[in-house]
Amino acid sequence: MLPYLLRRIGMAALVVFVAVSVNFMIPRLMPGDAVEQQLSAISAAGGQVGDIQAAAAALRERYGLDRPLLTQYLDYLGHAARLDLGVSIAHYPERVAEGVLASLPWTIGLLGTATLISFVVGTMLGGMLAWPGAPRALKVVALPLVVLSAVPYFMLGVVLLAIFGLAWPVLPVAGGFPFGHVPQADLQTTGLILYHAILPAASIVLASLGTWAVAMRGMLVGVLGEDHIMLAEAKGLSPRRIFFAYGMRNALLPQLTQLALKLGLLVSGAILVEVIFAYPGIGYRLYLAIGQKDLFVIQGIVLLLSISIALVMLLLDLLYPLIDPRVTTRQA
Amino acid sequence: MREVLHRILRERLLLLGLGLLLFLALLSALAPLIVDTSLAEIGSSRPRRPPGGAHPLGTDTQGRDVFASLLLAVPQTMKIGLLAGLIGLGVGGLLGLLAGWFRGLTDAVIRTAADVMMTIPAIAVLVLVATSVRTMTVTLMAVIVAGLSWMIPTRAVRAQVLSLRERSWVDVARLNGVGGFELVMREILPNLAPYLAASFVIAVAGAMLATVGLEALGLGPQNELTLGMMIYWAQYSGAILRGMWWWWVPPVVALALIFVGLLAASTGMDRLVNSRLRAEG
Repeated sequence: MLPYLLRRIGMAALVVFVAVSVNFMIPRLMPGDAVEQQLSAISAAGGQVGDIQAAAAALRERYGLDRPLLTQYLDYLGHAARLDLGVSIAHYPERVAEGVLASLPWTIGLLGTATLISFVVGTMLGGMLAWPGAPRALKVVALPLVVLSAVPYFMLGVVLLAIFGLAWPVLPVAGGFPFGHVPQADLQTTGLILYHAILPAASIVLASLGTWAVAMRGMLVGVLGEDHIMLAEAKGLSPRRIFFAYGMRNALLPQLTQLALKLGLLVSGAILVEVIFAYPGIGYRLYLAIGQKDLFVIQGIVLLLSISIALVMLLLDLLYPLIDPRVTTRQA
Repeated sequence: MREVLHRILRERLLLLGLGLLLFLALLSALAPLIVDTSLAEIGSSRPRRPPGGAHPLGTDTQGRDVFASLLLAVPQTMKIGLLAGLIGLGVGGLLGLLAGWFRGLTDAVIRTAADVMMTIPAIAVLVLVATSVRTMTVTLMAVIVAGLSWMIPTRAVRAQVLSLRERSWVDVARLNGVGGFELVMREILPNLAPYLAASFVIAVAGAMLATVGLEALGLGPQNELTLGMMIYWAQYSGAILRGMWWWWVPPVVALALIFVGLLAASTGMDRLVNSRLRAEG
């Protein structure tokens, strides 16, 4: 048990370390004075720079370009550890961490709910497809979903937006809640937030359901051919019990591994859906920051994304031995 | 050899996928014969024309003919995917071969590196690199995306080499005095071919997905025509809510066809490789 835990925690730490280092290095590997390039690019684009002198000073101090590289790096690590991500260039002097953390709940809410729905429904659908007595209609439903799973989420989002925002305008197509509405902790706001999340969530769910269904079907077909299923049949257990307790349960384990492996892809996909629907989460903020060439915001979001994915994967890794005790003794 | 060909022909999904991709590639290769490609230049036609007459798919806000743009964009998009897939396959295949052959420390280092890079969301690193680049081009895009498409080939090849090196024919060759490099080239590499082909398709699909993502964020090649950039400009100009469907539907459909083709090809390839496995026992 302990070696497994240590290995997993070590891995997560390594991922975070590499993510922070990549974040530090890439902008420095590029030729030219980063500060001047930044500010001239913003003013050329007609961006709101505010007090240029103050922004430049803040930038240079942040980069610490006059000091040795190693000192800069150690400083950077220290700042990152305290979640001090610097200040926004486009909205000086807003702190990056504040802005990014404010949009985090939107992304977690949207992505978490959509992923959960699509994982559960997709897994059940895949399970039913492997069921020998499955109705034929199920296959007819499944095929378009499998085809959709090949397409990036945001492209489906574009199509849904055109249908429900233009051709048959019944659903809101932009934002997380109505423009001008002050969000409060009441039922009306919750309802409005859910109402606005329908289309972005539907894009993610429809485009990812097929992936889970295909994976689950493949896994279950394999499990149903194994010896312990035959034994269960020989014991005279009901087909229903065999299917759920002996088949589904064993096929669920690799399915969870799939979830952990696809986490990065899921997040990347969901971020782009936010861009299409101007949803006030991390992805839309990233899109805006790229448009404004706001390097520190971009870096902050990149760092936050890498770290949160590493943490969620660690969580899944720690949950795994509770479901399947064998993993702690198996060699990786 | 004939048997292998026969088996490939029997895998209808694979043929469907490859056929679809080939059709799109051919269509765009013949673009100069079908349409006047100079119509894809900015200001070559009246802007915002709906489909009809001289413009079968209308024109965009900058006066580009959408049909001509589409035919020119397809090969560019495919070029990014293929180039990135090739680089990813080359680097990943080599690393996987090294890891599986030498095992021990080499394997541990390569495997950990691949696992770490797979955990960090590709889009995050790509965004960082793409923002730091001054002018983006199609080739540069492919190189950047390739930097994150070597992990899956690495893992696939490593796993196969680990299993292949224990096979009896490798032992026979080894006992006959064939050693090191020659053994890998003659006994291992030919048997890796189907796995390399399968991971190539996966790498291409992954690279295209990453490319389209970067383009949707506005980090694509601004001065060149790709399907992703067409969608970006359409979205940027509000084409969707302005009802200019002829601008954004064609690139979305073309990209969807490419992705469906890749999915069909990789599913078919997977079946082919695994049926081979079963036949070998």
